[in-house]
Amino acid sequence: MAVTIAKEKWTSQVSELVIGTEPNVVKVGGEAALPFLHFEGRIPHRPVVALEVWDMEPEGWPAVLTSAFEGVLNDPVAWAKKCEEYGADLICLSLLSSHPDNKNSSPAECAATAKAVAEAVNRPLIVVGSGVEAKDAEVIEAVGEALSGKNCLLGCAKPENYKTITATCLVHGHSIIASSPLDINLAKQLNILIMEMNLAADRIAIDPLVGALGYGLEYAYSIMERARIGALTGDKMLAMPVICFVGQEVWKTKEAKSTAEEAPEWGDQVRRAILWETLTATSFAQAGGAIMVMRHPESMKQFRAHIAKMMEPNVY
Amino acid sequence: MGLTGLEIFKQLPKTNCKDCGHPTCLAFAMALASGKASLDQCPHVSQAAREALDAASAPPIALVKIGTGSRELQLGNEMVLFRHDKRFEHPTGIAVSVADTEDVAAKVAQINRLVFDRVGQVHNVNLVALQNASGDAAKFAEAAQTAAGVTDFPLILMSEDPAAAEKALAAVAAKKPLVASATAANYEAMTNLAKKYEVPLVVKGSNLNELAELVEKVVALGHRQLILDSGAREANKVLADQTQIRRQALKRFRPFGYPTITYAVNEDPIQAVVDAGLYIAKYAGIVVLPTADPADILPLITLRLNIYTDPQKPIAVESKIYEIGTPGADSPVYVTTNFSLTYFCVAGDVEASRVPGYILPVDTDGISVLTGWAAGKFTPEKITDMLKNSGIADKVQHRKVIIPGGVAVLSGKLQELSGWEVIVGPRESSAIPSFIKQRWSA
Repeated sequence: MAVTIAKEKWTSQVSELVIGTEPNVVKVGGEAALPFLHFEGRIPHRPVVALEVWDMEPEGWPAVLTSAFEGVLNDPVAWAKKCEEYGADLICLSLLSSHPDNKNSSPAECAATAKAVAEAVNRPLIVVGSGVEAKDAEVIEAVGEALSGKNCLLGCAKPENYKTITATCLVHGHSIIASSPLDINLAKQLNILIMEMNLAADRIAIDPLVGALGYGLEYAYSIMERARIGALTGDKMLAMPVICFVGQEVWKTKEAKSTAEEAPEWGDQVRRAILWETLTATSFAQAGGAIMVMRHPESMKQFRAHIAKMMEPNVY
Repeated sequence: MGLTGLEIFKQLPKTNCKDCGHPTCLAFAMALASGKASLDQCPHVSQAAREALDAASAPPIALVKIGTGSRELQLGNEMVLFRHDKRFEHPTGIAVSVADTEDVAAKVAQINRLVFDRVGQVHNVNLVALQNASGDAAKFAEAAQTAAGVTDFPLILMSEDPAAAEKALAAVAAKKPLVASATAANYEAMTNLAKKYEVPLVVKGSNLNELAELVEKVVALGHRQLILDSGAREANKVLADQTQIRRQALKRFRPFGYPTITYAVNEDPIQAVVDAGLYIAKYAGIVVLPTADPADILPLITLRLNIYTDPQKPIAVESKIYEIGTPGADSPVYVTTNFSLTYFCVAGDVEASRVPGYILPVDTDGISVLTGWAAGKFTPEKITDMLKNSGIADKVQHRKVIIPGGVAVLSGKLQELSGWEVIVGPRESSAIPSFIKQRWSA
């Protein structure tokens, strides 16, 4: 019996998001099929990787991770250059020093750091605050102005602060990360609010707040699958590319942080930790994630190798 | 299953005799359609109608069993393409391969150790895949005997040579191994062997069309305990074939109504693990890979646990005292709910704080903090009960308890009932590290 290949007839596609300015531009989204099902529709762009850079020296990172950034962890510009050298598609600058419990650095200081990083690298930038909504609004407003016209991806916008961040993106020509906690309806709602302020749908990335492998990965996985199906069936409020903050979740798990001495039954730490970050990212890419914010250059390399294979055609 | 009440009604006697306990045949048909009744309740249904209804209600993917006893592996009975549509039923069996040319006993001993504990549940690999790398039938049979002697995991006998498969089966058939594989070249002999020894059989095509044809031939020979192999070995093509097989099976294309097997054979050892992860997420009944390194297997077992979690049933952790780090009498005590995701977030962030502590997840039937509070399952009474009866009072000298910031409203009543000083923690567990540094002193 001959097999009739089952193809879904999708009516719509994921919107295309452009980050950066020529010649340093990254494009994501635009898929007219489920992830990597080339037999069913066009998949114009591969998922990309942003390596994370902090504006303060991180504490408590395992040696497995810090060893890849020796000597640059206290200097965001040098750190960003290192990421560029490792071949990151984008740099994700996390302005954690602005957190009131850290250095409580001012919006002006943050803006200066962002500007210095932007001038030092030829990569599009993602810039996010420390997660304190009110402070993030002030910080991102200043950063957006300092990076005016550079078409960065700024965040993370939440219901409490999306107005200021959206306005900044509108005025200074940036795109926005809309964060909502593991709920597809809340994600839609925030997108609607942002678009009511006249920011175009193709300037939004959805952040579903992902969990690491073993720590709730399945929730974000299913939200991404549902969002992709929504996008392909014409739900414009779910058609935005998805950004996954993988590194920050993975590198706090005990599976990534425990040494082989602490957990001998788990095998070599380097291999285990790299696989933890890689598999978290590849699983999200398989569910529809477009931008992976990662920490370790080796995980990025492994993720890329897998994606390169998945971007090869599988048309029948 | 799959049939509407009206479609079922057409097959019934339409006498409204009430012998089934329902007032009319139509009411009975509706009950059947929603799974609330069984066709056996109707004593008058014709044989032809029974067969038609049985065939229509058979699961789209057959249940196949490999092995015996407590390590028996069940595959199939899948109903959906996406886990959020309902759930994935039978977790992918993870098989580690062993060549009959290597030290079989040593590698199998390594495989036996791939057992991990995760919040009180034991998770492990499922199969030992024995390859007939030597090409020698006697050596293969000897290796099968050795492997069967040192492991409880069921075996996959990987040989396309019927002579070698037969010799190995003669030695270990009682353990119900899976035979891999029947191909276009050997399917008659392989099918006869599988029938003779009553073991499941992998049917391997070189593409989807050939696979469908071969399955029909094997079924025509009278064997139905089958596992499908489309022949694809590159990750991009395996994804396409696995998707097609699952879609076609759900559309009731019968040749594809069986579980599948995939092989992670990437030359790059890390990429092989990553490929295996893809196959676990995308419908593989079994994934075979060469590594027995726990650093490779733990991530895969964890991914399988995540993907095969029932999305409609929040998973709960046991409600008891959890020690993070090595806490002492002055360590902080955190209260949260026993929704596993909530617990894992809190546990991860307490760990990140580098201040050892105790976590008490109150039994809220596995729902989150705010939902639990709203549903009356995360109450001052329940928290008090846990503080009094969990034994935490014997472990710490202080009487201070940290509650989630989202339920600050509970603090007054909780303090009154328990007599413990209530400290309102952050709303998000990610703020625990900075919170505890600033706010904690016993």
